[in-house]
Amino acid sequence: MNALDFARLQFGITTIFHFLFVPMTIGLTSWVALCETRWYRTRDEVYLRMTRYWGRFMLISVAIGVVTGLVQEFQFGMNWSVYSRYVGDIFGSPLAMEGLIAFFLESTFIGVWIFGWGRISPKLHLLAAWLTAIGTVLSAFFILVANSWMQHPVGYKIDPKTHHAYLTDIFAVLFNPTAWLAFPHVIFGAFATAGLLVLAISAWQLFRKRHTDLFARSARLALPLALVAVILTGIFGDGQGRLLESEQPMKMAAAEALYNTTNGACLSLFATASFTRHPKRLTSDLCIPNLESLIATLNPNGTLKGINQVNAAEQKKYGPGDYVPIVGVTYWTFRLMIGAGVLMFLLTLVGVLRMRKPGWLENIPRWFYVASLVGAFLPIIANWTGWIFTEMGRQPWVVYGLLKTSQASSTDVSLASIVISIAAYVLLYGFLIVVGARLFIREIKHGPGDSGGPGEPQTGADELLLAY
Amino acid sequence: MTPDFLQTLWYVLIVVLWVGYFILEGFDFGVGALLRVIGRNEAEKRALIHTIGPIWDGNEVWVITAGGATFAAFPGWYASLFSGFYLALLLILLCLIARGVSFEFWGKSDDPRWRSGWEWATTIGSGGAALLWGVGWADIVHGVPMNASHDVTAKLWDLLHPYALLGGLVTLSLFLVHGANFLALRTTGDLTERSRTLARRLSPLATILLIGFLVWTAFDQPHGPVKISAQVPAALAALSAIYATLASARREDVKAFAAGAVAIAMLFVSLAFELFPYALPSTTSHAFSLTLVGAASHSYTLTVMSIVAVVMVPIVLAYTAWTYWVFRARLGATDFAGEATPLAGLQRKLGGDPSGDDQAPTPAS
Repeated sequence: MNALDFARLQFGITTIFHFLFVPMTIGLTSWVALCETRWYRTRDEVYLRMTRYWGRFMLISVAIGVVTGLVQEFQFGMNWSVYSRYVGDIFGSPLAMEGLIAFFLESTFIGVWIFGWGRISPKLHLLAAWLTAIGTVLSAFFILVANSWMQHPVGYKIDPKTHHAYLTDIFAVLFNPTAWLAFPHVIFGAFATAGLLVLAISAWQLFRKRHTDLFARSARLALPLALVAVILTGIFGDGQGRLLESEQPMKMAAAEALYNTTNGACLSLFATASFTRHPKRLTSDLCIPNLESLIATLNPNGTLKGINQVNAAEQKKYGPGDYVPIVGVTYWTFRLMIGAGVLMFLLTLVGVLRMRKPGWLENIPRWFYVASLVGAFLPIIANWTGWIFTEMGRQPWVVYGLLKTSQASSTDVSLASIVISIAAYVLLYGFLIVVGARLFIREIKHGPGDSGGPGEPQTGADELLLAY
Repeated sequence: MTPDFLQTLWYVLIVVLWVGYFILEGFDFGVGALLRVIGRNEAEKRALIHTIGPIWDGNEVWVITAGGATFAAFPGWYASLFSGFYLALLLILLCLIARGVSFEFWGKSDDPRWRSGWEWATTIGSGGAALLWGVGWADIVHGVPMNASHDVTAKLWDLLHPYALLGGLVTLSLFLVHGANFLALRTTGDLTERSRTLARRLSPLATILLIGFLVWTAFDQPHGPVKISAQVPAALAALSAIYATLASARREDVKAFAAGAVAIAMLFVSLAFELFPYALPSTTSHAFSLTLVGAASHSYTLTVMSIVAVVMVPIVLAYTAWTYWVFRARLGATDFAGEATPLAGLQRKLGGDPSGDDQAPTPAS
């Protein structure tokens, strides 16, 4: 491995770790704001306890998400200085907007939310909750605008002197169709992530008959929201797939491991091959006839472009080279993402149908309890594989059609420096994940505290609400 | 060579973001570094953490936005700086991560080892970052070994020469004083007295270091004679620091805090004047120096970002100021001694006055 490989590895490790907490934070801030809205409207004390209890998970997630986000912001310059010089004129703007418009909002009002209990009016406190939630959503928007420009560059020209890209139309960048499909896909994915986390923790508590009022109500509220979120994530994801057929045909061909252009392509469910860029043949392939063409083109005999043909076309367009990503990665991450999504859909659908029976959630059956626990991990798998697919599927490009990853890394950073920093991040992040997981488990086991509402005497343990 | 209006505007804006960052995060670095010095028991430490609890996260956004603004307005500067200061920046990031999670995790367990572990993370993370930012900025102004393609060729130890280390001691000592002055304003009882005493004792040292650094900076310009423009803010920085020291001695907390903030601001304004119109001077050859013009984005991007900044900066400043107003109450150990919780405050609120202008610290019961 050379410095470039380590720089990529570092980006992968730090981003995957960061993105474990990002969807959780986006989803939970909105969820907490929703619970608080219910409390504000009804003054029902159960909703207040829900707000406080789910708020604890939100805060753990926010804490780790914020500090690991710092690394993301600096990493472009540290490891990818050539990339930064090349795209900074365009890519920097959404990042700066993210800081000015989103980060200030969310980090200021999360502070108000944590410490404002009893110090500001309930109405202002509720407003703080929503402004935090809006901040997280806006931040997702701007970073997806930036990423979408790497997927599908728009609104730019190349400077003839420096050969760097520069911005010519900010609205083209902000209204990039790629961004407007990726944004709802990620946001609804984040809502599903939080919904299934809430469901899993609620199921754990309900199975043990703890605070049944609070957790049955949480599950009853979270299940339909998660179902809708999963469906919408899928719908926007489907739209993204269609758009990719024209914007990045290689990525979609690689997602299906479709080597040659085919009429009436079958939907491959399971295939193996040697793990190289150009495996000779698929050693096994379980395929449903014509279904892939039907999904992609709405015609069972529709034509789908194959990897070899797209590669030839790109060679003609961009010059000699290999424009094929690692097909094994794209094929399987795509399947894991969609597979996890389908399971999430089934879980929440069954839950929504069954919970209509009175007392079903309160006496939660073991099978649904177990399924809900597993369910909490499904969005994490889908979030991770989705990003690995979209980023690895764009290779060899870092900016599609403009700049190759191999030409984008810092030229002045030594291999030793990158290895030292990877080691530092792995150790620190590893430590954080252990602490974060233990705190999550502690909060789950501890529960919302027996001294529930504001009318009852408080115990010291309930100070956890404040988080500090 | 000379930056045009938009380039100058963005240089000014980025300097403003850094000045804002150092004034605001400066005191929470100071509070963090002094946590174990001023706070002697659980309740006191809790009170200290609460003084910055609602605001440190917002304060940190100033540097994130400064980074983003540098990326957008001067991509060449962002690229050379961040890749060139690789290991130094890694150390800063590790410090910021450690202190960031420490505030959140500290209260999660009563185990004394857990508590003291996170307190050390707060102390070292805050103090380390306070020191390293000064080292980094001194290096930027002094210049670093850099080749013709603006790749910094310095190793980590090349960045640790005496001038840069003095810069680090200056920010560390200024931020410690700033934090102590902040605590003198934001606490009650013993905490106030201890903070005041500490500020009074540290202030002369910080002032001497600052003046030494400013004089060295004035004569440290490899590219020409002493810059008069930089000496005006430098003089103001020195005078403010002296005034802050005198105010500390007279127990005038507000004046000491305000003058300390002015000293920090003027120090960085003076450094910004020293650096202008360069972004990063090269000590290898003057010809290799990175200028603001050479690092800047096109004027279209700068115009777009100017509009965003003109709209957003006043809004951000308004709600940030509102937050400081909401959390202006002084806090003391007695507020955190009992088993009272925010819920007690909430309950009081719901039972009584809903207008939200009750200024008692939340858990006072």
